[in-house]
Amino acid sequence: MNEQLNHMAGQVTAGKMTRRDFMGKAAALGVSAAIASTMFADAARAAGPKKGGTMKVGMLGGESTNTLDPAPAATQVPGMVLRLYGDQIVDVDADGNISSRLAESVEGSADAKTWNFKVRKDVEFHNGKTVTAEDFLRTVERHANEDSKSGALGVLKGIKGMKADGDVFTVEMESPTADLPYLMADWHLVVQPDGGFDNPNAGIGTGPYMVEIDEPGVRHSFKKNPNYWDDSIGHVDEVEVLVINDSTARMAALQSGQVHMVNSVDPKVAGLLGRAPNLEIRSVSGRAHYVFPMHTNTAPFDNNDLRLALKYAVNREEMVDKILRGFGSVGNDIPVNESYPLFDNKIEQRKYDPAKAAEHYKKSGHDGSPIVLHVSDAAFAGAVDAAQLFQQSAAAAGINIEIERAPSDGYWSEVWNVKPFCASYWSGRPVQDQMYTTAYLSSADWNDTRFNNPKFDELLFKARGELDTAKRVEMYAEMAMIVRDQGGLIAPMFNDFVDGVSNSVQGYEDDPNGFLMYSWAPVKCWLDA
Amino acid sequence: MHPILKLVFQRLALGILLLFGASALIFGLTEALPGDAAQAVLGQSATPESLANLREEMGLDRPALTRYVEWLGGILQGDLGTSLTNKLDIADSVGKRLGNTLFLAFWAALVSVPLAIFLGLLAVRYRNRWPDKLISAVTLTTISIPEFLIGYVLIYFIAVKIGWFSPLAMVNDSMSLGQKLNAIALPVLVLTMVVLAHMMRMTRAAILNVMQSAYVETAELKGLSNFMVIYRHALPNAVAPIVNVVMLNLAYLVVGVVVVEVVFVYPGMGQYLVDHVTKRDVPVVLACGVVFAAIYIGLNMIADIVAILANPRLRHPK
Repeated sequence: MNEQLNHMAGQVTAGKMTRRDFMGKAAALGVSAAIASTMFADAARAAGPKKGGTMKVGMLGGESTNTLDPAPAATQVPGMVLRLYGDQIVDVDADGNISSRLAESVEGSADAKTWNFKVRKDVEFHNGKTVTAEDFLRTVERHANEDSKSGALGVLKGIKGMKADGDVFTVEMESPTADLPYLMADWHLVVQPDGGFDNPNAGIGTGPYMVEIDEPGVRHSFKKNPNYWDDSIGHVDEVEVLVINDSTARMAALQSGQVHMVNSVDPKVAGLLGRAPNLEIRSVSGRAHYVFPMHTNTAPFDNNDLRLALKYAVNREEMVDKILRGFGSVGNDIPVNESYPLFDNKIEQRKYDPAKAAEHYKKSGHDGSPIVLHVSDAAFAGAVDAAQLFQQSAAAAGINIEIERAPSDGYWSEVWNVKPFCASYWSGRPVQDQMYTTAYLSSADWNDTRFNNPKFDELLFKARGELDTAKRVEMYAEMAMIVRDQGGLIAPMFNDFVDGVSNSVQGYEDDPNGFLMYSWAPVKCWLDA
Repeated sequence: MHPILKLVFQRLALGILLLFGASALIFGLTEALPGDAAQAVLGQSATPESLANLREEMGLDRPALTRYVEWLGGILQGDLGTSLTNKLDIADSVGKRLGNTLFLAFWAALVSVPLAIFLGLLAVRYRNRWPDKLISAVTLTTISIPEFLIGYVLIYFIAVKIGWFSPLAMVNDSMSLGQKLNAIALPVLVLTMVVLAHMMRMTRAAILNVMQSAYVETAELKGLSNFMVIYRHALPNAVAPIVNVVMLNLAYLVVGVVVVEVVFVYPGMGQYLVDHVTKRDVPVVLACGVVFAAIYIGLNMIADIVAILANPRLRHPK
């Protein structure tokens, strides 16, 4: 039987057998559909990508208010659009390493203060202009400008000077920054002609696809860039991104074959959908996490014993089980997990312990008045349910949590980072330094736990300039312990990215950086006719 | 001046006054919502500096009254302005969306209005017998089920299981009329089911009312067939209330179909408006609100005028 199967796989690789035939014959040989499907995918991958066709992507996270400007992009659809029409200087690959895009090479000085990016030769923008170091400079300038509304603004703080010299773009930092290439890999930093100063909305980039139709909140369609510099990707002729925010409609579109892939499959239906014969559910554990931040400077949360009591009162396993339906993993009250480079796996996992919670609660001397938790499903899907689970598990430890529901509309301006205890989510950052700098450094704009620990800040700055990996791992572990035991973050779970992919799509590989292979799926996958 | 013409002008003037009132109300209410466009755009990633920068860029740092008066000045010159969030021309975007909404409403009306009136006549013809009861039962059932549920059920059985129509009604300019009609088949079906009962029941009730009159008895006595009596003598005299309810439902088809648009991912006004309300994009909300109000007022005006034209006593006032 094995020989027969191998022969068939060979036929597939040679392009002589379709999926339908393969599956049918494999079934006749008594091979289960799941195994046959994997075998077919392997064989098809060996055959190499097929060119042509239109890849249709159904996505959550687009609105009619979206623009083509990379700076204010915040949701999934603009992220996908940027990926298709643009390129970054560097990017983060699926293994968490820096991959070169428009910069051919990256080099740092020994003190990690000066970084040189060498521009890839003969890359053209969609308008025919050649990419220069000047374009790099202007792009970063625009995003680092205080006047900009760029999502990358916070990342680019601490730059002392930049210059473009020949084909080298140089960034000089105020303090040693070992992770600078990761900061430059921020997905907003799409290189535009003259940095997009003249017209940020032009949609002109160097990407594998060119903007053809831009109807914000409805659809975005793209055709292949014939001059794309990287021949190894960009297999289909056209890509169409359809904005389908309604979960049920998105699943129906995938099931009926109207789209080839969708992002954000609701965990509630993922199990059922996975049984459908013509598609596959792909889930990747990543860096995104659901949290309940407490303001450590506001009573009653200024008491570390009360914070610890609440941390011990969360039943993490139950939440992963019931809220994420298993599509995720438990959190450890730190904003990082093993998907991050330089993460120390030996940090002890905090568990649900009502006895310990009660002990800390008693020690905190809290007067027993209800602790108000502000929550809305805008924070994350299932936030209200998660809060109710929290309420129940805390009640078992004698802690009284009162749930106050807030409207979804305006949640991020009125509740999050305003109320002392609420629900929220973080999509994660490529490296630990960035995650901690964004929200746990005492001076961070988004310090949503009002965390202020001088020892932690000092370690953060020291780790930035440390080039010895082993020492950095140690430092990050120490910082993690500080946040875990003294911080205001309750991080019960890390959610997976759950995508739905039609069986006609080949070449899909897991990427922990984001949905749909970090938006690479339409570019790197191909269609099996 | 002919009294009917005078009436039309009076109504038009009143309608325009009403539109101003509506726009002021919409502006006030959108302003009263917590947060503003700058906060909504920046969302979780807002910092005090970026907020201030964006507010200045959007002109939100000026008092509300100034912005409203400016907007009024613009609209009186036919300029709807540009969107705060994506800087696109509002007239352009609204025009496209409105076109889509009217397209869907038109086909839904084309199916549902004649069908409702025909079913109403049929129900009167066979009143209190099984066709009447069947029609009432079915239409009342479909109006009682929330439209999103009907939508999902139709998507599941017709689009996913049988594979007849697309679950996505995403029409665009590059589609032929046939493709567009194929795309909107399911939403039209849902909308028809939702509005059918109201119009059908009203037709039935209005005609039954007329059927008690002496002239209907005369028509029966002179030997006209049952259906002809209803069609020739009862219907014209029952037109006023029927037109009223038809217009109300047409207005619903234009301004009230947000849920259906979301379920079928239809690029109409509803979704567009909701997106911009959540982003506090006041000029767009105002533009949509005024368009909706104009349609509502216009359709009601038509209903009134038709009611007057259909009634000789009102047509020739003493």
